[in-house]
Amino acid sequence: MAKMTGAEMVLESLLREGVECIFGIPGGANLPLYDQLPRYYPRIRHYLVRHEQAAAHAADGYARVTGRPGVCFATSGPGATNLVTGIANAWMDSVPLVAITGSVTRSLIGRDGFQEADITGITIPITKHNYLIRDVREIPRVIREAFYIARTGRPGPVLIDIPRDVQQEEGEFYWPERVELRGYRLPPPPDPDAIDDAAALIDTAARPLILAGHGVILARAYAELQALAERAHVPVITTLLGISAFPPDHPLYLGMPGMHGMHWNNMAISEADLLVAVGMRFDDRVTGRLQDFAPHAQIIHIDVDPAEVGKNVRPTVAIVGDARECLRQLAMRVSYRPRSAWMARLEELKAAYPSLAYPEDTEEILPQYVVDKIYAMSGDCYVVTGVGQHQMWAAQFFRSRKVNALITSGGLGTMGFEIPAAIGVQVARPGDLVWSICGDGGFQMTSQELATVAEYELPIKFAIINNGYYGMVRQWQQIFYRGNLVASHLKNPDFIKLAEAYGIYGLQAVRRDDVESVIAEALRHPGPVLIDFRVKQDENCFPMVPPGASLRETLGLPEEYRKFAQKPEVVEVEE
Amino acid sequence: MSRLQRTPKPRTIVALVEDRPGALNRLVSKCRQRGFTIESFTMRRSEMPGLFRVVFEVRADTDPDQVVKQLSKLIEVVDIRDVTSVDTVTREMALIKVCCDRSQYGYITAIADTFQASILDASPGSVIVEVTGDARKIDTMVNLLDIYGVTEVVRTGPIAMTRGPQPAHEWPESDAFARVPARVSRSQHSAAD
Repeated sequence: MAKMTGAEMVLESLLREGVECIFGIPGGANLPLYDQLPRYYPRIRHYLVRHEQAAAHAADGYARVTGRPGVCFATSGPGATNLVTGIANAWMDSVPLVAITGSVTRSLIGRDGFQEADITGITIPITKHNYLIRDVREIPRVIREAFYIARTGRPGPVLIDIPRDVQQEEGEFYWPERVELRGYRLPPPPDPDAIDDAAALIDTAARPLILAGHGVILARAYAELQALAERAHVPVITTLLGISAFPPDHPLYLGMPGMHGMHWNNMAISEADLLVAVGMRFDDRVTGRLQDFAPHAQIIHIDVDPAEVGKNVRPTVAIVGDARECLRQLAMRVSYRPRSAWMARLEELKAAYPSLAYPEDTEEILPQYVVDKIYAMSGDCYVVTGVGQHQMWAAQFFRSRKVNALITSGGLGTMGFEIPAAIGVQVARPGDLVWSICGDGGFQMTSQELATVAEYELPIKFAIINNGYYGMVRQWQQIFYRGNLVASHLKNPDFIKLAEAYGIYGLQAVRRDDVESVIAEALRHPGPVLIDFRVKQDENCFPMVPPGASLRETLGLPEEYRKFAQKPEVVEVEE
Repeated sequence: MSRLQRTPKPRTIVALVEDRPGALNRLVSKCRQRGFTIESFTMRRSEMPGLFRVVFEVRADTDPDQVVKQLSKLIEVVDIRDVTSVDTVTREMALIKVCCDRSQYGYITAIADTFQASILDASPGSVIVEVTGDARKIDTMVNLLDIYGVTEVVRTGPIAMTRGPQPAHEWPESDAFARVPARVSRSQHSAAD
């Protein structure tokens, strides 16, 4: 094998891992890598972002859509620490990511060199694994291992820190045939006894529900999930990150549960006698008060990570394994049951708790109306969101029939995710329509990335649900903090001018009648568009289960709707 | 204090960990992150090249099974076992400094003999006693010697080894991927969580 530098080894290894694009920013400690990039173009394309957090989020969005690890580059010190939020976000949502940071030269490590940060130490709790390379010959093996760890089992981020002098050093390139990690455990094939037990529970259940999470999407188990639901005739609820794992127009689909989920789902969970939980981890936003969660239900928990079994909820039957294989085997064992009483009861619950209702007669723009219209007019598009009220509305009204089409920050809840993640999604799917539904607060956390959008002419449609507040913060202050609004109001810039400053087409909707026409105009325009939707400022997101309350206790059902919108009540919170 | 409020008994964990930079950091960091309290910790190179054997006691307030499950996810942890309820030989070592004058040496030697301990050092005004045994034996001995005035105790924390010819790491791996026993009653579930 020919001798090559460490930087060449990195790019050569990335090529062998099938990497097509990288998001990043150069700096002193990773310049040898950047120096080599032109030689690998166009096999590897580099997207220059404007802040390293965006590099990680873009790689995250890219990874969610393609299923392949996203790759981001940053320099040492501040470059590396700027990645931290993005890495933590990928960690919480089990997204495969490989972050490659430059580090100060070996002789300076541990001596507080200029732009030195102990990034391997910093990222221990938020990576599946990380490496500090001290010998150039390790590079191919480490990169091979990093990709293997990132994408197998329960996916997650891996960070590789490479000192600048290691990038410049020459060595023999040796690509290992196999990955040998004696301490890395992948789940064995699903236990056939557990599959049998689970199938028996499903067959005898009178009021079963499937709760599908991100694991179904990560395992690409859409067809298997649908097969199980249809063969056993069991309705499907999807968590926030499970949305788009199941067709939203399917007769067995019930929508999202939990804090801002459909109240009919929360009631259904409370009445169910069996929950089939697949690739979800019983997050507190899903379960509400744990002691009151699904009081009558036995639980089948299917997860690739054995540590999730029993972490929050103790299941009756646990199946550890890949969701796709588990669901495939389970679907073959179950039998069709009409469960007509349960189906009728679910219809009753849907009718009794119309959780998606919003007034139609307003002159002001209701945010729900905007989101609803975007879905109605856009067909099967990707939707990327930030975090907050707009995210919950985007989830509640989700209607795209494309699988894996809702890209959102679930676990970490990272405001500002919506712009850079949309960049990653659009890069991965250049021919598809990508909507980025933004909050006016979160938008300003990463709005510098409009420069990236403009530079690479990514035709993303940004919809800012602009209510002049950190809306969800304001909602909590109204409901739980006596209406004492502190630091939640925003004096916003002129978003149209901001868009235009970056060379992006800006549109505005002020009245309800504007909404359809600006969406139509945005869809007609071939390039990126930013729409500033001036929505009704004091609209809040309902239904809402207060934090620490049981799923049955919800606020803001239609009869209470106006009461909460007008005069917020103080609710005691049990933490 | 009622029985229920008592702090849970620590679990004794035996792990094989790869000799790589940061491996120990990761292990301890994961315990901190998940709220497991480390009560004692002993590590040394094992008989297998490239592997350290770590024996530690850890308390987890919620679900103690999480300790092995979470730590076995670390790439450098090659093997990890909870040996708390397994038949093991457990030993801890202590060095105990006792203040005493020449006239008391005889009594201290007698106590040491009873516990099969040895006197490592006799300086003017003090002796150092070395003892091995389980934690209770050492506690008892420290209390006895304290009649004369114990000024310093250095303890290793326990090391443990399972009985029988098979090393712990060659036991069938049942912990991490085991099925939860079927038909756990739901009332137990809510109480436990």
